Amino acid sequence: MRVVKYEDIVKAVRDMIIYSTTHLAPDMKKALEEAYQNEKSEVSRAVLKQLLENAKLAEENWKPLCQDTGLAIYFVKVGDQVKVEGGTLKQALYEGTEKGYREGYLRASTCDCFTRENLKDKLGYNLPPIIYFDLVEGDKIEIEFAAKGGGSENVSRATVLAPAQGKEGIKEFVKKVVSDAGPNPCPPLVVGVGIGGSFDMAAVMSKHALFRSIGTKNPDPEMAEFEEELKRELNQLGIGAMGMGGTQTVLAVHIETFEGRMCHIASLPVAVNIQCHSSRHSHIVI
Amino acid sequence: MAEYHLKTPLTDADVEQLKAGDIVYLTGTIYTARDAAHKRLVDLIEKGEPLPFDLKGAVIYYVGPTPPKPGEPIGSAGPTTSYRMDKYAPILIQHGQKGMIGKGKRNKDVIEACKKYKAVYFGAVGGAGALLSQRIKKAEVIAYPELGPEAVRRLEVEEFPVVVVNDCYGNDLYEMGRKEWEGKAE
Repeated sequence: MRVVKYEDIVKAVRDMIIYSTTHLAPDMKKALEEAYQNEKSEVSRAVLKQLLENAKLAEENWKPLCQDTGLAIYFVKVGDQVKVEGGTLKQALYEGTEKGYREGYLRASTCDCFTRENLKDKLGYNLPPIIYFDLVEGDKIEIEFAAKGGGSENVSRATVLAPAQGKEGIKEFVKKVVSDAGPNPCPPLVVGVGIGGSFDMAAVMSKHALFRSIGTKNPDPEMAEFEEELKRELNQLGIGAMGMGGTQTVLAVHIETFEGRMCHIASLPVAVNIQCHSSRHSHIVI
Repeated sequence: MAEYHLKTPLTDADVEQLKAGDIVYLTGTIYTARDAAHKRLVDLIEKGEPLPFDLKGAVIYYVGPTPPKPGEPIGSAGPTTSYRMDKYAPILIQHGQKGMIGKGKRNKDVIEACKKYKAVYFGAVGGAGALLSQRIKKAEVIAYPELGPEAVRRLEVEEFPVVVVNDCYGNDLYEMGRKEWEGKAE
């Protein structure tokens, strides 16, 4: 059994948060540069130029790319041959989150659902995070992190279609979600689509799909083709950067399916998780 | 698309010349407020009590900045989604507010209020928080410090870049832009 120290996880998580909220990930930067080259609308090009300048300034000054530094989202794979010493893995993620957000001068954006009170001084700074654990073979801990803003989360949707609706039904649903969202979620977007499993599983997969690097394809050739088809059609909506009109509404569509492409015989669950252009994601292996 | 450099507070004449799609650089004092602060401002108006700042000609920026690092006036400070203020904005416009800065669609009531009382909705680039913060030279919390990032701040801005989304003639840049580019991608 391999032993990992609690403090080492806290430090690694803290550092990952501060770096990834101030340094635009290389895949996103490349995607924005390509969108800038390909955009035909003058207003949208001006917006994309501002975004690239913003990324440069943020990186130089270690300043948050966006003031909405989000909820901290984690997908964690824990090897069955690794043990954390000095505390639990969950505690380490909480403490790493608090340290990263506080010491990185990031915004504490969690609050009570009903009173809307910010509890940063009572519960902890930007706590709680959202954590999904998975148990795997091996002696490593793999942590994927995203700082997920509220604007794009507010327009995300999940549904369960009738099986007869099939791929056409999925396409219609995805288009409706992106079209209704319009300028609100800060396009150009990455669109995560979870298909299959159950109602809740589709939603979780749609979020996890956003962690995939832009430019990579779904390993299932039919789904890879479906991703491209959706991207093409979404870009015909004309929404453009920040909704000001243009041809670059979507940078990528990422589909995730369940255990191959499984679901219940009566159902076709679909979820769409929208990611703004300020996609701040990172991953570490300890 | 015209380009304007305007000083705050804004006048009717300032607003009347602006059309959806125009680029505007704002200089002067503006105020920050999000949903929680808007609710309190509207409560004060309804009770007939004084507001923490003068609404006449005021521009309100919908933003909840990150905390400043030592020596900085403000942290990252890009716009938040504006629809959450739709319930309150028409009342503030009726009482003198001339400009709103945010991102995303507004409802009919806000667009109607812009026409009736001559006000304008500006869009700033969401997610450009580091860049926009450079145009903010001073920031001071003037009300509701307990709201943290949502407190009301007085900002001094220089050449703060925005685009006219809804003008005082009922035009909407989001609708115009989308209509122009729908079906035009390769």
